[in-house]
Amino acid sequence: MAEQDKVILHGMWASPYAKRVELALNFKGIPYEYVEEDLRNKSELLLKYNPVHKKVPVLVHNGKAIAESMVILEYIDETWKDGPKLLPSDSYRRAQARFWSSFIQDQLMEASFLVVKTDGEAQQKAVEQVYEKLNVVEDGMKSYLAERNASTESNFGIVEIVFCALFGPYKAHEEVLGMKFIVPEKFPLLFSWLMAIVEVEAVKKATPPHEKTVGILQLFRQSALKSSAAA
Amino acid sequence: MGDVKLHGFWYSPFALRVKWALELKGIPYENIEEDRYNKSPELLEYNPVFKKVPVLVHAGKPICESMLIIEYIDELWPQNPLLPLHPYHKALARFWVNYSDENLSSGVRALFRSKDVEERKKNIEKLWEHFRVVEDHCFGKEEKLLGGDTINVVELAFGSIIKYVTVLEDMFEVEVLEAQKFPRLYSWFNNFKTEPIIAPNLPDQEKMLAFLKSLRARLLASS
Repeated sequence: MAEQDKVILHGMWASPYAKRVELALNFKGIPYEYVEEDLRNKSELLLKYNPVHKKVPVLVHNGKAIAESMVILEYIDETWKDGPKLLPSDSYRRAQARFWSSFIQDQLMEASFLVVKTDGEAQQKAVEQVYEKLNVVEDGMKSYLAERNASTESNFGIVEIVFCALFGPYKAHEEVLGMKFIVPEKFPLLFSWLMAIVEVEAVKKATPPHEKTVGILQLFRQSALKSSAAA
Repeated sequence: MGDVKLHGFWYSPFALRVKWALELKGIPYENIEEDRYNKSPELLEYNPVFKKVPVLVHAGKPICESMLIIEYIDELWPQNPLLPLHPYHKALARFWVNYSDENLSSGVRALFRSKDVEERKKNIEKLWEHFRVVEDHCFGKEEKLLGGDTINVVELAFGSIIKYVTVLEDMFEVEVLEAQKFPRLYSWFNNFKTEPIIAPNLPDQEKMLAFLKSLRARLLASS
């Protein structure tokens, strides 16, 4: 599977969905070409490769396109079988990994974005919502991580990837929002877990410069606040 | 292998797809009918996060979320595979199940809860948009995800939710899956519901209609 493999990732540097795929490719040591998409002016290729959703990320492997970040992660794990695995080998553990990745995606992505897009009372409410969901994850990770068998399961898998893509930019969140999502006193396990995750080589390699992340977060927040004020 | 129990509602499309998966693979299981107004302590213990059906319990260990259950079943009981074997086709299958879960299911739910004819019309049009995507992009490819040689998970996903749509068609006396608009999807579904394992495992249309009518009345009264 080495020399003749051509892997292209269509992504956007600030998209947490595209970030997941970057992290996976980095972690597995898979060489790839990266195509930065302008989401306001999507390339012909992107529209051809993902006609249904027209979104990033899209992975193109030897000309075949795969869309949807979680689908891509599973594809990567099944196709490049050498080296560390993104999913556990045990079927029950796999189900748990998929469950928690889904939970973080479905319950925390939009909820966290809402915190960025609001202020005042609305933001307070949004923060409470996020904390409520984080409590569930804190609880869930207690058993999920404790039951991990270090000899058969890597300590960087799909759950880490999804969590990291969302909460990894914690320094930027703190600077722009003046608050933490992963409050150490409230979520001690998640906090120590996150601190370990951001030290993983694959993650460091995929972390953009702090100022750049702060910049785009500011932009995102300002434009959301402006449009809701105008509404 | 350990015993298998399925906690579900007879009218839930998500429990239905798991039931189909178990039946297609010939896996013996105990069906536990839950009452949405009086969920069993076991269900609440097995699915503390969402408290929903379906939940599969295998040798005492619970798995939640219909697609996760089906992937689990497919891995442990490899006969009559429900997911394609090749990673690329598998990825396509997962993509379309996601499409069904994120778009069709929520569209159907919105239609079910429509308060008046105006809202109903809008929700039908939204559903048509999704049917259009499936009609245009899910057929006529080398990877036959719909109408191939053997039943696969994409068909279980679409089949279970479209069955629900046919009951809503009866309830609202309106055609949603129109043969003229969506010929391939229409003919695929009408063939699918006659398949050997599927046909005897379809919830009764009249029974479902009566139940959903009363459920809808209850939901609209309380909102």
